[in-house]
Amino acid sequence: MGELAIELKGIDKSFGLVHANKDINLKVRKGTIHGIIGENGAGKSTLMSILYGFYQADRGEILVDGRAIDIRDPNTAITAGIGMVHQHFMLVENFTVLENVMLGAEESWILNAGISKARAELKRLEREYALDVNPDAVIEELPVGLQQRVEILKALYRKADILILDEPTGVLTPAEADHLFRILEQLKAQGKTIILITHKLREIMAITDEVSVMRRGEMVATRETAKTSVEELAELMVGRRVLLRVEKGEAHPGDVKLSVKNLTVRDSRGVTMVDDVSFELRAGEIVGIAGVAGNGQSELLEAISGIRRAVSGNVHLGGEAIDVTGHADPAELRRRGLAHVPEDRHHVGLVLKFEESENAILGYHDDPKYRKGFVLDIDAIRADAEANIQKYDIRPPNARLKTANFSGGNQQKIVLAREMERDPDVLIIGQPTRGVDVGAIEFIHKRIIEMRDQGKAVLLVSVELDEIRALSDRILVMFAGRVVGERKPDASEGDLGLLMAGVEGPKEAAE
Amino acid sequence: MSTPYAKLPGWVEYGLIPLVNLVVAFAVAGLVVLLVGESPLEAAYHMVNGAFGRGEYIGFTLYYATTFIFTGLAVAVAFHAGLFNIGGEGQAYVAGIGVALACLWLDRFMPWYVVFPVAILGASLFGAAWAFLPGWFQAKRGSHIVITTIMFNFIAASLMNYMLNRVLKPLGSMSLETRTFEAGGQLPRLDWLMSIFGLSVGTAPFNVTFLLALAASFGVWVLIWRTKLGYEMRTMGHSPSAARYAGIKEARIIVITMMISGALAGMMALNPIMGETYRMQLDFVQGAGFVGIAVALMGRSHPAGIIPAAILFGVLYQGGAEIAFEMPSISRDMIVIIQGLVILFAGALEHMFRPAITRAVLAFSGRGRTQAAVKGA
Repeated sequence: MGELAIELKGIDKSFGLVHANKDINLKVRKGTIHGIIGENGAGKSTLMSILYGFYQADRGEILVDGRAIDIRDPNTAITAGIGMVHQHFMLVENFTVLENVMLGAEESWILNAGISKARAELKRLEREYALDVNPDAVIEELPVGLQQRVEILKALYRKADILILDEPTGVLTPAEADHLFRILEQLKAQGKTIILITHKLREIMAITDEVSVMRRGEMVATRETAKTSVEELAELMVGRRVLLRVEKGEAHPGDVKLSVKNLTVRDSRGVTMVDDVSFELRAGEIVGIAGVAGNGQSELLEAISGIRRAVSGNVHLGGEAIDVTGHADPAELRRRGLAHVPEDRHHVGLVLKFEESENAILGYHDDPKYRKGFVLDIDAIRADAEANIQKYDIRPPNARLKTANFSGGNQQKIVLAREMERDPDVLIIGQPTRGVDVGAIEFIHKRIIEMRDQGKAVLLVSVELDEIRALSDRILVMFAGRVVGERKPDASEGDLGLLMAGVEGPKEAAE
Repeated sequence: MSTPYAKLPGWVEYGLIPLVNLVVAFAVAGLVVLLVGESPLEAAYHMVNGAFGRGEYIGFTLYYATTFIFTGLAVAVAFHAGLFNIGGEGQAYVAGIGVALACLWLDRFMPWYVVFPVAILGASLFGAAWAFLPGWFQAKRGSHIVITTIMFNFIAASLMNYMLNRVLKPLGSMSLETRTFEAGGQLPRLDWLMSIFGLSVGTAPFNVTFLLALAASFGVWVLIWRTKLGYEMRTMGHSPSAARYAGIKEARIIVITMMISGALAGMMALNPIMGETYRMQLDFVQGAGFVGIAVALMGRSHPAGIIPAAILFGVLYQGGAEIAFEMPSISRDMIVIIQGLVILFAGALEHMFRPAITRAVLAFSGRGRTQAAVKGA
């Protein structure tokens, strides 16, 4: 075994009654890429937060380069050479790349010296690691892939030798993810140590040297990546055998439930996001919309569900028109049998500060069964919420817990339970498994197929091509706001990838 | 991480932290008193004695608290929908018209218990009407409610000046006030309530409006946490995008919330007009609308917090008046400084001591747990 960059000994951490980390031991060798996988809520993020100084362990020891260090706050961690790239970027959106990289490391109260130094240093990092970003670009104008690169630059600028990446590919397109992996390989070649937290088994297999698996707060195994398999890792994570690909029978499409004709949607700046899109969705089928994020899928969902006003076009729900260019009312569409699982559960699908039961009625709070006189029938609301918790195995099973305290997968189950349990005719789902763990993905995929088999019409938008291919009966590919092609789910990844890239001008070249 | 601080037990969150903030505010106020060359201890004695020393003093304290409960609730209701209603002052002021009209109309031939409900209605209507316009401008035109409500405070002041000068002032009178109401426009004092505790209310204008304030507090709790409207308001307050997704009509909620908020602020007018002076005077609100902002902040926008916060400000008003009376070198303005410090530490800087307290509490409870474990082993 080579030299150790990080060694954790007996790390233990509780939050109230939740025992998030139980006596964790971990050894990360220098100059390797070490994956940490586990379901949401397994304790990966807590462990890394302890390593980065956000939390202090109740017990245990942290050794960096063989020396025991008391990491009290992120500053200590940074001094010890540990850098972190968060899942949700910590960037000032209206600052330039350079300003973001310097932020907190200005070194003097006059900025000039720092700026020229930072610029030179950025140049060097760029050369050394092929991390090219224009230092004067404003963050909000950069695609997410580049924003993430800025986060990496920030860590390197602070002389990080050990880089922790928390779910780095969650927001990236496949091409961007590939690019990130090339960067990580480069960093490794330069002797950096990388800890990669993820729940995507494919990434682990593709890039790591070693992988540690966490389950329910415990470190259950560490394997050499070359000597393990996706199946073994999945089983270690979940504690039982997992079906990685859902079983799905033939679709039996029925009547048209949703028809979209010549729909055009512009965003607030007047940019056309959905451009003359037409398609039909039938009962008992799943139509998947593939595409790189930002090609109009979000706006399409919003327009159909009545959240965003369209410029022109017709949408019919069960034969009746929806006033998409005027005052379509999401509440009324729900009553007419349209359920919507929005892409962004944190800001749209849920109110994180509400307790679980309050979110279980969001959008359906008008239902007379939740009314008792002129007040809400709290008992009825909680009873329904608890039934959903049972049926969807939402953990912890506590309808009064604040929604923010549920893991991503369980939050998503709260939304799915709410939308699926109303027996809708049409179900629109955006990013059903974004930030959701393997065990929950299996469950969610099964439920979606069950809905189809019950004769619901399902419209699925996902940036995960695997997911689209696994679930859809037909695939529409969107590029630059237009539907550029329709394929069967057995179409090759290369074929779909080409369509997603807009065929004639691959986007990658522009970067 | 998503939560910068660990979750604290309720008694720390709602008891210890506000208490520490308050103690610091008073400590700094003590320094200011020292600076003026007076004894902080003496001032503290007069403050406490002035607020609680006698039944009469307590009556005054609760009389002020009544006013602040209404304005605090008004701010809190708007807060829940993500709206910052700074116009409580103007809404309460204009609501005075509603109270005055009810009294002037009915006081000679109706008993107070008939006039009071009419006056409540009048106060609510006028208060709501004055809040309606800013709400409507926000909902339909996007004019920011903070700006418009401030403006409406000034408009209200001018309007009331005109009303008292030209419309409501009896002929031949020199002072800017309505005529004094007859018995029907005078609310009974709560002697019986005080006498339960063996206290006498004396000359303090502690009246039945206090009970209305308690009822309103309960009503607000029901509204916010137990009705569909309250649910929609909170959804909008926490996440406008989730509200849009849920099909909640933003414009409608803004207007309705502002009107409820205005009505609550308006009910404040009942207390001084029908409970103390028995006439509407110029500038009877005396900044209570603004105190309501501090009360709502301190009370975390929850009625159970607003009532004690309102009583605290009642203490500051009543005890402060006593200090000014007993210690001539400390002027009324000094009291405003103390109030300002309370608002500063309890409102604006409420999280200042949180990290330290969190650490202390966690260390303490951590030690407690280890000890328990040792004992168990």
